[in-house]
Amino acid sequence: MILPDDITVTDVDVLVIGGGTAGPMAAVTAKEQNPDAKVMLLEKANVKRSGAISMGMDGLNNAVVPGHSEPEDYVKEITIANDGIVLQKGVMAYAEGSFDMIQKLDKWGVYFQKDETGEYDMKKVHHLGTYVLPMPEGHNIKKILYRRLRRNRVIIENRYQAIRLLKDKDGAIAGCIALGTRDADIIVIRAKAVVMCTGAAGRIGLPASGYLFGTYENPSNCGDGHSMAYHVGAELSGLECYQINPLLKDYNGPACAYVTGPLGGYTANAKGDRFIECDYWSGQMMQEFYNELQGGNGPVFLKLDHLAEETIQEIEHVLHTNERPSRGLFHDGRGTDYRTTMVEMHISEIGFCAGHSASGVWINEKGETTVPGLYGAGDMASIPHSYMLGAFVYGQICGENATQYALDREFPELDVDYIIAERDRILAPLKRTDGIPPSQFEYKVRRLVNDYLQPPKVTKKMDIGLARLRAMEADIEHLYARDAHELLRANEAQHVFDCAKMAAVASMFRTESRWGLYHNYVDYPKTDNDKWFCHVQLFKDENNEMACSTIPVEPYVVELDEQEKNAYQQMRVQAN
Amino acid sequence: MPIASQISMVPVVVDDEKCIADKGCRTCIDVCPLDVLWINEDTGKAHMKYDECWYCMPCETDCPTDAVTVNIPYLLR
Repeated sequence: MILPDDITVTDVDVLVIGGGTAGPMAAVTAKEQNPDAKVMLLEKANVKRSGAISMGMDGLNNAVVPGHSEPEDYVKEITIANDGIVLQKGVMAYAEGSFDMIQKLDKWGVYFQKDETGEYDMKKVHHLGTYVLPMPEGHNIKKILYRRLRRNRVIIENRYQAIRLLKDKDGAIAGCIALGTRDADIIVIRAKAVVMCTGAAGRIGLPASGYLFGTYENPSNCGDGHSMAYHVGAELSGLECYQINPLLKDYNGPACAYVTGPLGGYTANAKGDRFIECDYWSGQMMQEFYNELQGGNGPVFLKLDHLAEETIQEIEHVLHTNERPSRGLFHDGRGTDYRTTMVEMHISEIGFCAGHSASGVWINEKGETTVPGLYGAGDMASIPHSYMLGAFVYGQICGENATQYALDREFPELDVDYIIAERDRILAPLKRTDGIPPSQFEYKVRRLVNDYLQPPKVTKKMDIGLARLRAMEADIEHLYARDAHELLRANEAQHVFDCAKMAAVASMFRTESRWGLYHNYVDYPKTDNDKWFCHVQLFKDENNEMACSTIPVEPYVVELDEQEKNAYQQMRVQAN
Repeated sequence: MPIASQISMVPVVVDDEKCIADKGCRTCIDVCPLDVLWINEDTGKAHMKYDECWYCMPCETDCPTDAVTVNIPYLLR
């Protein structure tokens, strides 16, 4: 059987979906491994300025640099910060690749801050070790990646949203079906191996401002990969461990305690007092933040007004030129000056993001998902606290392994009936003459998430939330799009919808509390290590229902001392 | 299900005097991660067609003629 004429098929050896951080690294690595391989980087936006680091990054949050820390120290720190539920081999693979990756990026032209002796200028922000490396000139990182993509002759396909993954009759990966965001054309990429690098699921919750796109994450990262992985039969893990971040209220960008902390700034309550010992993001830290917001000493602020003028200028230079450079504009609009005013902070809407937390598509230390030939890296994959450097390291690991997998394989056979059915489903909103606009559908999903699924989590509330979401299944066949752009949003909204259901199902499955605020389950307020020292896996079962099961935490490769295990439980500053 | 349209104040402003989209420039349109900048069919200039902005700045930073200004969306100001 052959596909209808309106569906273009392209064959590649390795397909990388998502051209933000991990994706370019995976694609470049694949070409370095096998220059003869056809490697395509598929991107919903434009690779030049896509993803979480479109305007650069102000530092590495988890650099394991010899002389400052060993991979074992880092694995320990992340294990403790993540309440023990980690695939240590996966964290170790990152930690061991960390320094080589820094040197590789350095060679490519990424500037990392060095001290007067020419050594990397490491800063301490974490509770135990020293892992932060500033990048005050990190705004050009996408340009550097783009140059590498061109030099290695990676095929770049911009403005296509991957919507469903394809597999062959044996269950191995076969490529993806994607939608053109400008012309609403359907394409199929047939591939021997696929690397997903689709970023966080950052559009599950609704920002406090009510503005759908005023999210913490780049809103193009809406959970495409999470939804695609789910529908192709891959397992997701730790989704009950939400990502919730401290941020500048309303602006919804990071307050950047990692930048300001080493320079003397800190998170303070309304009295200007410190209340947390450590500004490194963890569920326990977020719980204390939440307690302060809700308590009589709130709200919470970023305090810089005690710092010297030259220090403030340095902070302004870094924060107003990197990562989220419009924050200076935001402050100007309200007349906020770091010199005289503490900056109001808040907590973000919920999301799934392994970059800061631990939830995502399950991968092992080789970057393999549970579907043969399908790999995952960066914010969407389950290795915890990966941040930007983890995305690069796992992008490289996936690029290597996907290339190897593709070498041993013929082109898979495509399931034509499935592709035709998907084409019709994807384009359906454009065929209608009226109906529910994607923005209304999405607003309703995300409003329900805020009402019922945000922590503190309560069974009865989550029951209602899930029932309300499931009732919205019937709305999908009424989604209405007037043009290709609205069709993109209609398909994104369905991925957001999938992720919202995942948040509810995974949260109700883990009947204990863990990771501080991330899984603060009011009905089960205690941590239950006897029953719940395990990963919660979420998948589509044989009846096409969303289901969960557990897998044990693999034996540690780095043992923890008893007293270390509680290091992140003691976040609150104690009274003298 | 009948529909209605509502107006919205958009955060990205393009100065038509400076914009050279009518001469073929597509820089701001290309770099927008949310694909909300399009050509205005009437003027040939770039404009923000959809109120879906992350106020992330590539459009303003990369514009070769300084024609683009990013404002913080009204709901956040």
